[in-house]
Amino acid sequence: MKKQRQLLAAILAGTMLAAAVTGCGGGNDAADTPADTETPVEETGEATADEAQDAPEAEEPETGAAAPVEKKGELMMATTTSTADTGLLDYLAPIFLEQTGWELKWDAVGTGEALKMGENGDVDIVLVHAKASEEEFVANGFGVERFQVMYNDFVVIGPTEPIAATDDIESVFQTIQDDQLTFVSRGDDSGTDKKEKGIWKKLEIDPSQNPNYLESGQGMGATITMADEKKAYCLTDRGTWLKMKNDADVELQMDIVCEGAPDLLNQYGIIAVNPEKYPEVNNEAANTMIEWICSPEVQDLIANYGVDQYGEALFTPNANE
Amino acid sequence: MQFMKNLLDTFFSDVGVFDAICVTLQLAFSATLISSVLGIFLGLLLERARFPGKRIVIRINRTLMGVPPVVIGLVVYMLVMRRGPLGRLNMLFTIRGMILAQVLIITPIICGMTYTSLLSKAPAIRTFAKTMGASPAQTQWLVVKELKNELYFAVVTGFGRSISEVGAVMLVGGNIKGHTRTMTTTISLLKSQGIFTEGLTLGVLLLVMAFIIQSLADFFQKGDKTDENY
Repeated sequence: MKKQRQLLAAILAGTMLAAAVTGCGGGNDAADTPADTETPVEETGEATADEAQDAPEAEEPETGAAAPVEKKGELMMATTTSTADTGLLDYLAPIFLEQTGWELKWDAVGTGEALKMGENGDVDIVLVHAKASEEEFVANGFGVERFQVMYNDFVVIGPTEPIAATDDIESVFQTIQDDQLTFVSRGDDSGTDKKEKGIWKKLEIDPSQNPNYLESGQGMGATITMADEKKAYCLTDRGTWLKMKNDADVELQMDIVCEGAPDLLNQYGIIAVNPEKYPEVNNEAANTMIEWICSPEVQDLIANYGVDQYGEALFTPNANE
Repeated sequence: MQFMKNLLDTFFSDVGVFDAICVTLQLAFSATLISSVLGIFLGLLLERARFPGKRIVIRINRTLMGVPPVVIGLVVYMLVMRRGPLGRLNMLFTIRGMILAQVLIITPIICGMTYTSLLSKAPAIRTFAKTMGASPAQTQWLVVKELKNELYFAVVTGFGRSISEVGAVMLVGGNIKGHTRTMTTTISLLKSQGIFTEGLTLGVLLLVMAFIIQSLADFFQKGDKTDENY
C-alpha cells in the first residue's frame, strides 16, 4: 500500500512538473481561432474617470433665467468607458444638475455590460455605442427609444514604420495581415472590438491567420499600453488615444497611422430603460436627460468639449441630424 | 486533450477557456514550486540566523504576507517593461513574468509561515537531536521532517494564493488569449462582457480543480510519512 502510494506520488509529481515545463502539452498554440461569436455584448474597460473637468461655462443663460432648480433626485446611467474616461460626463453632470435638478450618476462599463444592466433594470438610462445591439435592446422591449447623440471616431495607432500615415484603412489592415505585423485586439467583444472585427470581416481578411494577432481581453488603455510595449498596431477611439498620449507616464512611441476613413466612425445612442418592464426606474429623469442632451445648447457644449485641453474636439454632436 | 478542449468550447464562449486552464495550472505549479523552495529556505535561515535588525526583517516579512497582488503586479510590470530596468529579458506579457510576480507574492507567505512554525517547535527538536548526538546537518533535516505538516500547510496556502490571484497576472500577463490568460482573468473578462453565468461556471470549475488537487495532496501527505514533502 505504502509502495503504491509512493509510486503514485512520484507519477503525479512527474506529471505536474511536465505540465509546468511544457505548458499542458502544447495546448497553448492550439486555440487562436476566434470565430465570430456575436454575443450582443461590448466594450470593457479601464474605468478611470479622473479628469474631472470643471465647467467654466456652467451658467447657461437659456434656462428661463430661473434660479438653480431644486434638487429632485438621482438618475442612474450605465455607459461605456469612453464617455467616462474622456471626462465628458464629469463635465456635463454638474450642468445637468443645475439646469434640471436631477443628479446624474453613472457606472462606466462596456457597452455589453451597460446594456445588460439596462436589461436587468439596474439603471434608468444607457448611453452606449453599438447601434445593432442598441436596436436589439429596444426591439426586445428593454428600452423605450434610441436617440443618436454624438459620434467620435476610431484611429489605428502604432509605429510609423513600416506603415505610413494614411486614410486608407483597407491598405493598413491588408499590410498588417500580409506582413504578419503584431496587432493587439481588445478581444472582449466591446464596441471597439466589434468595430475592429467588422472591418476585418468587411475586407474579407481572417486575422486569426496572423500568428502575431493578439487578443488582450482588457480595456482600451491597457490595450494601447500593450501595443506600445510590443511595438504593435491597434484600433482605438480617438478620445482614449489623446488622453493616453497626454497623460501616460511612459511616453508612447506610437502615432496615428490611419484616420478619417468612413468605416472608423462611432455613433453613440441614448436609450431610456422601459418603465413598462421595470416600473421602479426613474423614467421622468431619463426623459429629461434625453431631451436635455439632444438640445442645441448641450450639443454645443459637447462640440466644444476637450478643445482647450487636447486641441481638438473629442465628440461631434449629431442629435439633430 | 483535444476532446477536453472541444468539450469546454461547447460550454463557454470564445475566450480560450482550455488554454486558460493550462496557463493557470502551469503558473500555479511553477510559482508554488519556486516559492516553496525559496520561502522554506528563507524561513529556515531566518530562524537560525541572529543579526541586528532581525525583528524589523520579521515585521517586514509579515507585512509582505499581505501585500496587495496588484501592487506587486505594477512593480514587476515597471521592472520588465520595454523601457524598464529588466526590459531586455522580454518578460512582459509572458508566463515567466507572471511566475516572477507570483513568486514575489507567495514567497513571503511561505517564509513567514515556515518561520512561525519553526519558532514554536524547532528548539525542542534541536535539543532532542543534540542529546541523540546528531550532526548539525542531521539536526536541520530532522527539524524539517518533524515540521512536515506545518510546511505542507504553508505550501498549500501558497498554492491557493497563486491559483486565486488575479491582480498581478492581469497586469503583468496582459490577459492575452491563448498565451497569458488565466482562469481568473477569464472570469474578469467574462464579467466585463456581461456573461455572468459562464464566469460563475468557470469559478466553480476553478474551485473544483483546487479541491481535487487539495485532495490528492492530502492523500499523499497522509499516506506517506517518510519523504513526501509536497
